[in-house]
Amino acid sequence: MSRGDDDPRAVLARVHRAEHGALIGALVRRFGDVDLAEDAVGEAYAEALAHWPAEGVPSAPAAWLSLTARRKALDRLRRESSRPARELEGLRLLAPDDLPLGVVDDDRLRLLFMCCHPALAPDVRVALTLRLVAGLGMAEIAAALLVPERTLAQRLTRAKRKIRDAGIAFRIPEDADLPARLRGVMTSIYLLYNEGYLSHGERRGVRDDLCAEAIRLARLLTDLVPEDAETRGLLALLLLTQARRDARVGTDGLVLLADQDRERWDRASLVEGLDLASDLVRAWSADRAQGRFELMAVISATHVSAPTAHDVDWDTIRALYNRLATVDPSPIVALNRALAGAQVVGDDVALAEIDALHLETYYPWHVARGHLLRRLDRDAEARDAVVTALSLATNPLEVAHLGALLREWDDR
Amino acid sequence: MRQYMLSVIHGDDDAVPPGTDFSEVVAAVDRFNAALQEAKALVFAGGLQPASSATVVDGTAEETVVTDGPYLESREYLGGFWVIAAEDLDGALQWAAQGSAACRHSVEVRPFQDEAE
Repeated sequence: MSRGDDDPRAVLARVHRAEHGALIGALVRRFGDVDLAEDAVGEAYAEALAHWPAEGVPSAPAAWLSLTARRKALDRLRRESSRPARELEGLRLLAPDDLPLGVVDDDRLRLLFMCCHPALAPDVRVALTLRLVAGLGMAEIAAALLVPERTLAQRLTRAKRKIRDAGIAFRIPEDADLPARLRGVMTSIYLLYNEGYLSHGERRGVRDDLCAEAIRLARLLTDLVPEDAETRGLLALLLLTQARRDARVGTDGLVLLADQDRERWDRASLVEGLDLASDLVRAWSADRAQGRFELMAVISATHVSAPTAHDVDWDTIRALYNRLATVDPSPIVALNRALAGAQVVGDDVALAEIDALHLETYYPWHVARGHLLRRLDRDAEARDAVVTALSLATNPLEVAHLGALLREWDDR
Repeated sequence: MRQYMLSVIHGDDDAVPPGTDFSEVVAAVDRFNAALQEAKALVFAGGLQPASSATVVDGTAEETVVTDGPYLESREYLGGFWVIAAEDLDGALQWAAQGSAACRHSVEVRPFQDEAE
């Protein structure tokens, strides 16, 4: 099948998004050097831009990029071969694949475990994952993690040097290390999904490629440790969120869960997510504390399994949030718990709980206050809260939604 | 194989936490050393006398200067170390966890430079 009709830049952008982690991973596996892998893949992209417009897009663009990147890496190694150890290393690594294959053989998963190694600081693990596995640009990562670009670049350079110098391995950890290592990986996948779901870096606000990659990685993890409930909780949570993707964007930006057209939810993701979630609940017992992703998945399942927004079982949701708050005592969870609880304990009590959190720099806090104040007929304060939220929000869908909300309130 | 230095960090003259049976610690460290040897992972190991026994020599100027005491005044000093060989950092961290449990102190893991560099 010829893809010559496609715009070469568009094809390259698509392959980059879908395959960046696999391209980097394959080179790190072969050459054991993250910088070399990044440079070589970057050169392969440049080569594609130089040749594809004139010569046409190859029939298998990903394979073309993979081969080109490998050749670029070899060229680089040969140029540096005045250092004999390097040359030997390069030749040794060119030997047929002698890596022991784990339960799951996937370069992206290996890359993920390497990026999320506990010997690296937690903030840098996410940055490395976004850079190497998802292929995000520095500006996007800096915006997503709320750090200056220069600081980010320094942290990434230091982390890559440590990976090389300390010998952080490119492989799936051994069984004994796996449970502890999984937590870090799951957190990174969750953050990766969130960045896709409410992107900081893109005009259209949703990055399907990041969402798809996060779900793919979460699914791989469940294959790796099928007995781990928390891993299935993460997958269920992501699927149930993804199912609502089309319904949550309307002409005025984001559509709140309560206002979404439930007919537009994606059946396949919904069914798979709900199946996973009900399996989790069936296996719950008093002698094991549930993980945060399990609880979030079941909260999400409780929301979406109601036939309409008016039939949501708020008592169950409140109880699940109470448990979640003990597992994850963050103010963000406390905010969501209070908001969900408004239906049970009343808007005034919920507002008092939320006010006590003082999350002034977090725009959803202002949005939550706005809605509760409005329901309590304190319209002027409600409007102020949403105006403040609007000044803090960066995602275009969120901005459009809040703008529309203000107009709607002003009209009445 | 790569080589790693596992450094035992403790307060000056504070070989083991108070109330510890010292002979138990010695026996545990002996067992750990034997395990390292068994796995052919041991390159070299040693325990150091307290930092108060240190002498600093500065031969960078024309006249060599000898002074009493450790190089840096610190609340924590190197108490001993192992040099081990491991496949990668994960291997070194597993040994470090066992070494730390045996000597009852935190252990810092640091890679040696490649021999070629």
